[in-house]
Amino acid sequence: MNVIIQAIVTGLLLGGLYALVGVGMSMIFGVMKLTNLAHGDFMILSSFIIVVFLQHVTNNMFVALILTIIVMLFFGTIVQKFLINRVIDKGADSPLLVMFGLSVIIQNALFLIFGPNAQIINTELMRTNIVSTQMLSVSALHLVNFLVAVAIIVALTVIMNKSSLGRAIRASSSNIKAAELMGINTKRMYIYAMGLTIIVTCVAGLLVGSTFMYFNFTGTQYLIIAFGVVVIGGMGSLMGTLIGGMILGLSQLLGATFFGTPYQTLSGFLVLLIILSIRPQGLFSKAIRK
Amino acid sequence: MSNKYIMQVEKLNIHHGDLQAIHDVSMNFERGAVISIIGANGAGKSTLLNALVGLHKPTSGKITFCDENITGMLTSKITSKGLSMTPEGSGIFEDMTIMENLLLGSYLPEAKKVRNEQLKLVFELFPVLKEKEKQLATFLSGGQRQMLAIARAIMAKPKMIICDEISLGLAPVIIKDIYRILKMINETGVTLVIVEQEVKRSLKYSDYAYVLVKGRVVMEGPSQELPETEVSNAYFGIDKYN
Repeated sequence: MNVIIQAIVTGLLLGGLYALVGVGMSMIFGVMKLTNLAHGDFMILSSFIIVVFLQHVTNNMFVALILTIIVMLFFGTIVQKFLINRVIDKGADSPLLVMFGLSVIIQNALFLIFGPNAQIINTELMRTNIVSTQMLSVSALHLVNFLVAVAIIVALTVIMNKSSLGRAIRASSSNIKAAELMGINTKRMYIYAMGLTIIVTCVAGLLVGSTFMYFNFTGTQYLIIAFGVVVIGGMGSLMGTLIGGMILGLSQLLGATFFGTPYQTLSGFLVLLIILSIRPQGLFSKAIRK
Repeated sequence: MSNKYIMQVEKLNIHHGDLQAIHDVSMNFERGAVISIIGANGAGKSTLLNALVGLHKPTSGKITFCDENITGMLTSKITSKGLSMTPEGSGIFEDMTIMENLLLGSYLPEAKKVRNEQLKLVFELFPVLKEKEKQLATFLSGGQRQMLAIARAIMAKPKMIICDEISLGLAPVIIKDIYRILKMINETGVTLVIVEQEVKRSLKYSDYAYVLVKGRVVMEGPSQELPETEVSNAYFGIDKYN
């Protein structure tokens, strides 16, 4: 019984982190109907950059994160402006291929610069338990991951639903022609959406990088997790992503508890398949139109 | 502001790839007037309108709006100069509320300044939108969609509004209602360009009309002076206009 409670708690907390990994991908898909195959690599790239800043510039985790966000915003703007925006209105294949190419480039660039060694962002939190009884132990890091994830997803939802910028971004995704007629520069909105995504992805990079070890090619692994989260929650639905992440985390940990650790990933994706067969559009997506 | 024309189109040519959709079209829209552009499906009306608001780049020719050359300018830039358009099929933001649609109409900084007074005007003209302001636009009827599109266009307090196929698929009584409101908007000094397939209605409600056949202006003149049968013949591609 204790084991199950432990699995549920850890699974939900882990799910929050998964949701944070997936939310950026959901956002990009929701706004520009683009499946960002380099999403995981963006995140791992930011994990690497955080470590560089921590080693050479500052000891402060928060400062390192801010610096990384600045660098990544620069990177994301260039990618959006000079790669994605050039091909986004030329059908679905071209942007997909561009992002796949970018994924390969990032993975290999990381390999060239940092080598094949495993990395981890060192934090005090990792070694602290916030609850530690015989029944249950909760690591402070997992709890922080979860709380930050929820806070960021809520903030992102508020920005998208209540602010003028969010409205303009949503308008660009709803009807490009009409949005242009309102005076909205839709391609610039794509850049802003990418910017928001990058900020969220950098935070995810920090949390993931301090929770698990990562390599230059770990991005793909998180891309698959992001896929799972987004597909369960419904493409483009931000709050759905949070629920999707928790379902995925929960099913992974329960699977691992009942069938053993090797089955952790499998059980997560089995649940994904079951949900897909019942509700192909995802749990929280609006019904498929057209 | 000496120019009596708010918009002038000179020898406009537009291509879709290799296909020429608009041939040497010249038009002059008088300030404060209601101008009607009549043409059948495929006459090039939508292509022309899209070029006027910068959604489609013309191959050659010149478009002037308020004495400023706007040829090839970005749509968002043109909109900020006071030109609004209600796109064909209303083009409302389906998955957003009525209120959000209206707020997007005053997205630009210039428009934000007049947001409250325009919102008041919009709800006076279209009380039905006020009742439904929190509903998603996707639940509106066809007529209400067009109303929302017009309302959204006037949120920016434009100098000129282009209405693309505004009566398409609507019941006559609703069309009449919409035209009544358009007339009220026109009386506040807004120039209207109305694009229609219906000859009689176009001539009745406009001051000046252009007939577009296969991408060319084949007939133009003050609406009252244009003979309806002639216009209809041109429209249906009978004899000399083909």
